[in-house]
Amino acid sequence: MTYLDHAATTPMLPAAAETMSGLLGQVGNASSLHATGRRARRVVEESRETIAAALGARPSEVVLTSGGTEADNLAVKGIYWARRGADPRRRRVLVSAVEHHAVMDTALWLAAHEGASVGWLPVDSSGRVAPSVLAAAIEEAPEEVALVSVMWANNEVGTVQPIAELAEIAHGHGIPMHTDAVQAVGQLPVDFGASGVDALTVTGHKFGGPLGAGALLLGRDVEVAPVLHGGGQERDVRSGTLDVPAIAALATAVEIAVKEQPERAERLLALRSSLVRGVCAAVPDAQLNGDLSFAMDRRLPGNAHFSFPGCEGDALLMLLDARDIECSTGSACSAGVARPSHVLLAMGHDEARARGSLRFSLGHTSTDGDVEALVAAIGPVVERARSAAQ
Amino acid sequence: MKVLAALSGGVDSAVAAARAVDAGHDVTAVHLALSSTPAALRSGARGCCSLEDARDARRAADVLGVPFYVWDVAERFGREVVDDFVAEYAAGRTPNPCIRCNERIKFAAVLDRAVALGFDAVCTGHYARLVDGVLYRAVDHGKDQSYVLAVLAPWQLSRAMFPLGDTVKADVRREASSRGLAVAEKPDSHDVCFIADGDTAGWLRGHLGDQPGPIVDAATGDVVGAHDGAYAFTVGQRRGLRIGRPAADGLPRYVLDVSPVTRTVTVGTAADLDVLTVMTGAPTWCGVPPSLPSQTLVQMRAHGEAVPAYVEDLPDGAGLRLQLSSPARGIAPGQTAALYDGERVLGSATIERAD
Repeated sequence: MTYLDHAATTPMLPAAAETMSGLLGQVGNASSLHATGRRARRVVEESRETIAAALGARPSEVVLTSGGTEADNLAVKGIYWARRGADPRRRRVLVSAVEHHAVMDTALWLAAHEGASVGWLPVDSSGRVAPSVLAAAIEEAPEEVALVSVMWANNEVGTVQPIAELAEIAHGHGIPMHTDAVQAVGQLPVDFGASGVDALTVTGHKFGGPLGAGALLLGRDVEVAPVLHGGGQERDVRSGTLDVPAIAALATAVEIAVKEQPERAERLLALRSSLVRGVCAAVPDAQLNGDLSFAMDRRLPGNAHFSFPGCEGDALLMLLDARDIECSTGSACSAGVARPSHVLLAMGHDEARARGSLRFSLGHTSTDGDVEALVAAIGPVVERARSAAQ
Repeated sequence: MKVLAALSGGVDSAVAAARAVDAGHDVTAVHLALSSTPAALRSGARGCCSLEDARDARRAADVLGVPFYVWDVAERFGREVVDDFVAEYAAGRTPNPCIRCNERIKFAAVLDRAVALGFDAVCTGHYARLVDGVLYRAVDHGKDQSYVLAVLAPWQLSRAMFPLGDTVKADVRREASSRGLAVAEKPDSHDVCFIADGDTAGWLRGHLGDQPGPIVDAATGDVVGAHDGAYAFTVGQRRGLRIGRPAADGLPRYVLDVSPVTRTVTVGTAADLDVLTVMTGAPTWCGVPPSLPSQTLVQMRAHGEAVPAYVEDLPDGAGLRLQLSSPARGIAPGQTAALYDGERVLGSATIERAD
């Protein structure tokens, strides 16, 4: 099995799995006042401190969630509602044109149901939002902007955004900034405090933690209206009984992922370079999408994304799958139908290039053998898919 | 063989795929997405197309232990089947979209892609038998679907696999149940799959708009009523005519003819519906073309009876002339005439005129 889909989800780190399984048999609601409850609460708070320390945040800035989608919803909806509540003119939501659906569709929902207007920040051909683009979008009517949301690194093409610069521009107008950093943690240095953003989304299963556990790092002075109402467990903005084993495993994973990030990134960078060289040698007309500079501050080290002219991405995926090589075509709707990626379209590519694309993403278990298997298979697979698209 | 099994989410295609697996074939399952905006849940009598059906298909593939993918054929289906359906009704004809789907989607677009991707055959849950590339009726005559396959040419049939042709439906359900396929008790699909509520006339109205016109009695030439769109009527139809008063002869009225140019629906008695001669367009033969003229059986509706007919080429060679041995009723242009030699399917042609 050659698993080249770490951006979808990456295997749990053994230490995280051990932490989690060790706690699964233990009773304890972290909100209970008795000894058992306090024991559970202690696990949660120690985990919160670990997560905060690994990501440059204070423990009180860690709002635990069920994952990235919930954290994105809380940030975008919650900040929008709070800001509009404070000043009804604030109805503009500025988001990049390459956001994950968790942000994109949340913004569209606010537009459809909550009177928001969405300003899509265009990207260049590498998928990046230029700081001047954000500045211009804000300056159209700064008093109307509720929030800015631009992802740290793109899930499809791996492009890294100039987050600190964008945050500075937003703050120049007193506007809060959110970033979805689910792809970045473990691959790039991520420091919440240093980045200057007001809210930052992370999720465990992208860096070796469990599925279904994540967090929104939320500045202490950022007003957020809750999305999930109930017991108010997390700072009164997120309710729900805390998943103690998953939170502990999230902490174990983030600690290791961040500690090992520099060494891992170097290794993935080298692997990715040989993957790109190998694929381009096997398929000379393959087109690399995203930032062509492989510098780590410009592109995720584990990401390679190609378009194969004359091919359909879903045919390529199926043919590779039949050879035990697993990758992704990017966006898929709930029925499993591949749609042309909005990311590639926003980068200025046409539908054919978007439809004929594949993402290969490397992670902590990736080996030279994985790359060799792909490079050996991709030539014949592309040739076959091409004949099917005639 | 490498076999691509098309799974609709229903019981028939699931059992067909299971039998292909049992026969030792290397099976990959696909669900064809026919709509770019599928409904979340199945509604009415539809047997495919919703996300719920896609999930049922996926679960069947899980049970069979075969890879599963969704193939998006929505654009092609819209163009070749749905648009054709609308255009045919707009032209006063009566199309069969299942036949178009088999002819142009399942055993054309999908088959071509499958072959190009390295598959040897496409397997479906149609009730029909294929013996050495020759198409026959299913043993379960009540479920026989050879009529909607009679449009397939030899190159298509040589790559097709219909594992259910020798089994009756009740046994297919029992087999699904014993194999642990959750779709065993799923109701049969019928009606047009892309018209969710089964209201074809209402659906056509949405696509073609109101086109009011007169209803004329063939016997007297009198205008006896009005309609909102001739496309809502097919030859032989009795219901929905809304003729206010009974005819002078006291007999019920049926649609005899639909003429979209003048927006006229002509009605007459049941006896007026009798047809003895049918002209068709160019035939598609499922195997070696028969030598004509010849005596065959002809079936002109999906669940109609096959009647003996004398078949000959039209003088210009562009179609067939079918002389029926006994009158047939409700024969409309656009319908398919499938020709049989006993149980064997010879081929088919589209009806252009009936007298």
